[in-house]
Amino acid sequence: MQNHQILLLFLPGRTSGSLAGRIMNNWPAISEIVANVQAGKTTATELVKKSLKKITKQSDFNAIISVVKTRALQRATEIDEQVKHGQAIGRLAGVPFVAKDNFLTLGGNTTAASNMLKNFEAPYQATAINRLEAAGAICVAKANLDAWAHGSSTENSDFFVTKNPYDKTRVPGGSSGGSAAAVALGMAPFALGTDTGGSVRLPASFCGVVGLKPTYGLVSRSGVVAMASSVDVIGPLTKTVADAALVLEVMSGKDELDGTTIGRNPEGYSLRGSRFEVRGSRIGVIREYLDVGLDSGVRQVIDGATDKIKVAGAEVSEVSLPSLPLALAVYYVICPAEVSSNLARYDGQRYGHFTNEAKDLEESYELAREQGFGSEAKRRIMIGAHVLSSGYYDAYYKKAQTVRTKIIQEFEQAFSKYDFLIGPTAPTTAFKIGEKTKDPLSMYLSDIMTVAANIAGIPAISIPVGVSGNLPVGLQILAPQKADRQLLEIARAFEATS
Amino acid sequence: MSKLSRDAVLKLAKLSRLKLTEEEIERFRQELSDILSYVEQLEKVNTRSLEPTYQVTGLKNVMRADQPIEYQAKPKELLKNAPAVEKNQFKVQRVL
Repeated sequence: MQNHQILLLFLPGRTSGSLAGRIMNNWPAISEIVANVQAGKTTATELVKKSLKKITKQSDFNAIISVVKTRALQRATEIDEQVKHGQAIGRLAGVPFVAKDNFLTLGGNTTAASNMLKNFEAPYQATAINRLEAAGAICVAKANLDAWAHGSSTENSDFFVTKNPYDKTRVPGGSSGGSAAAVALGMAPFALGTDTGGSVRLPASFCGVVGLKPTYGLVSRSGVVAMASSVDVIGPLTKTVADAALVLEVMSGKDELDGTTIGRNPEGYSLRGSRFEVRGSRIGVIREYLDVGLDSGVRQVIDGATDKIKVAGAEVSEVSLPSLPLALAVYYVICPAEVSSNLARYDGQRYGHFTNEAKDLEESYELAREQGFGSEAKRRIMIGAHVLSSGYYDAYYKKAQTVRTKIIQEFEQAFSKYDFLIGPTAPTTAFKIGEKTKDPLSMYLSDIMTVAANIAGIPAISIPVGVSGNLPVGLQILAPQKADRQLLEIARAFEATS
Repeated sequence: MSKLSRDAVLKLAKLSRLKLTEEEIERFRQELSDILSYVEQLEKVNTRSLEPTYQVTGLKNVMRADQPIEYQAKPKELLKNAPAVEKNQFKVQRVL
């Protein structure tokens, strides 16, 4: 609380430039942290303790569901031993991180912020977590989310609402709200989130951090609680673009445990030694995202960032993708359909919430699900059942997947003329807690600018480029499928000019 | 405009294995109707000559060698979250 009030003194009057949010997160660049561990200037144990202390001290923001203290300190000791004995250490050695609580991790519970999995202890870890651990990173805590990652504010968490680091009366965005808040508050140098319709980018925008949604298939989802499998991706939330690039480099690539994974760019994603030139980059500003319901303060910040990249030598012009506003309707058919299928496994028999009240097997399913799922999960399960049921399948599900083709084609056309497309990440800055909970549809509309990237499977990133009314504003950049490296390069150029 | 009836909501709840409360039935009837009305804007979109896209990777029939692998989770750990276990198996209520 004290920290928060001190921070506010720095904020008034700022309309652009480096975000005050970075004052809260005082971790050095990830590559520097690792170099310090290697050189013996700090230890993994010190770093983990620093992280845990920050989490405890700022517990009033409700960003964290649980800490993984014993296992984290044990792993830190192992890494410190390696350094002491002069052994080679990983590219993320000693770097603490926070995982959204829908990543299966050892050493504690994995809840998906749901009553259904409240006491669930994962028997194995997500591939993404294993890869980060193999590089020496240490998971210190599990972050809050909208239960099952269904939502845009963390208000759908079955446990508690995370508060925005800039204003405790506002939401951090969602569904990876706990992860974004944790990075903004400096609880760890980076966090993991999942992005099905904008769940990494929207909270990144609301909390003033970098949030990357990679190309669909680039990071294995094995061991992540499945939401909508044809659009789910994993992405990092970080302080800088270079940090996001490094984390992606470690996590990405084919995995036998996820048949949808694709190969990495042979050049990798880490931006060290990159010779990227902004000059000559062709950037399209998406007209449809400027047209409707865009907050004037957000517009001003986005225009400012656009002007600066122009000055830096990019060729910028407006481009129209007329079908883009349909992406949200497409999403709210595909997503619930896949949710209803993915959540069918929670039947109270093998794991998850169960009850002894049932008189027979059938009722034991119904009661476990009625008690274990919150309202949003139930809404999506039933919408999904509706759009997939016989007689409705063609009208809803098949139609949505066909409009999806139309959206993909418009992106392909746009990317034949532009290297990157940009726009705001969200139409507004962080909204008030409770503002949209009464009306599920108005909550869905928060994702209007982010879902299209998921529908098309293309990479997108949100980076902080300024503030409006003391709240962070995120710029969204989209790139063609598999152009994740180029996306990170242009994002770093924007970061340097803002 | 899609207006779901009470019976339609009960049918969906049955299909979804959810035992809704009275309060939920009425609330979901309205909320689900609103959401369906919103997505019905897709009806008007001209999609003639377009095929549906069900996945975006272009990958087809991804296989691995048909050999057992050494996996990180052992049967005992896979059973530890179960409400009832007997002889190393999940125990459920009578099926027949």
